[in-house]
Amino acid sequence: MQIYLSLFATFFKIGLFGFGGGYAMLPLIQHEVVAAPHKWLSMTDFIDIVAISQMTPGPIAVNSATYVGYTVSGSAWGAVVATLGVCLPPLIIMLLISKFYLKFRENHYMEMVFSGLKPAIIGLIAAAALTLMNSHNFIDYKSALIFLAVFAATVYKLDPIKLILASGLAGLALY
Amino acid sequence: MPQLLKLFLTFFKIGMFTLGGGYAMVPLIQREIVEKRQWIEEKEFYELLAMAQSSPGPVAVNASVFVGYKVGGVTGSIVATLGTTIPSFVIILIIAAWLVDYRSNPYVEAFFKGIRPAVVAMIAAPLYALSRAMNIGTAGLCLAAAVALLVAFAGISPAVLIAVVACASLLTGILRQRRQKQV
Repeated sequence: MQIYLSLFATFFKIGLFGFGGGYAMLPLIQHEVVAAPHKWLSMTDFIDIVAISQMTPGPIAVNSATYVGYTVSGSAWGAVVATLGVCLPPLIIMLLISKFYLKFRENHYMEMVFSGLKPAIIGLIAAAALTLMNSHNFIDYKSALIFLAVFAATVYKLDPIKLILASGLAGLALY
Repeated sequence: MPQLLKLFLTFFKIGMFTLGGGYAMVPLIQREIVEKRQWIEEKEFYELLAMAQSSPGPVAVNASVFVGYKVGGVTGSIVATLGTTIPSFVIILIIAAWLVDYRSNPYVEAFFKGIRPAVVAMIAAPLYALSRAMNIGTAGLCLAAAVALLVAFAGISPAVLIAVVACASLLTGILRQRRQKQV
């Protein structure tokens, strides 16, 4: 029971503070799931989930909630509880926003808050990239070569799914 | 077909076919919701995107809550959210159950060894374009750098930082407004 409550509370927090969506939520998920006190996932597990999220449909936050919920509790119920936890705050907040849509549309206070959050979101994405540049993900010079190639390809807007598959195949050929 | 079922199926399709998450979902959502179903107008769609981005949580979930509410009230928003999340939930559950066994396979491990640095590159590469697009200025860049360093190297909780930045920008915004009124 304890583990279900803990899963729900942790992913509720991720849903509540996960501004910017996608990559911007990664440091938050990592902070809650990989770091102490929970240590539910290793650094390698974490990057693999991000990779799997790239290849499967759906938001990264939902994907990691389902994955962590299942692996931590060993049952599908853990996955249900964690996924509900991450979806509830956005559901409640967006319902309120939708309801007061016209009032929110030109709300100066919302604009003020978001003017500060925009740079913070970019900072969070940068933090995700910085923390992931570690010895788990970069094992030798071949990793660095893959990194540079995919970096250039992403700048030129190549399809991310094809890039993931190509680098997986490169891994098969190189290791 | 009842409206709620239509809502569920439309968002199920969106949840099913949007690989990559986030902004990759935008064109599909636009085609299904604005062009095919005409649940919201083009102009409303861009406002919806702005709201979905400034509210916490995954952009796709936020978008489904908004459209679901417009079509079928609170029930509609729950139905749409379920539609978006169920496909990825089921797929990840299957992967999680199998991956544990396949991790020790040398081919799977080699595949992931190639993927890991690629994922880091895909996170880092769009940063420059993103900061240009958001037009955050020099002060914004400093704030972004400070957030990045604090989170990555000082172990500060991103949730705490988000709360602090939100309060601080609200405060400075109000102070600036007051000063302008006095002048």
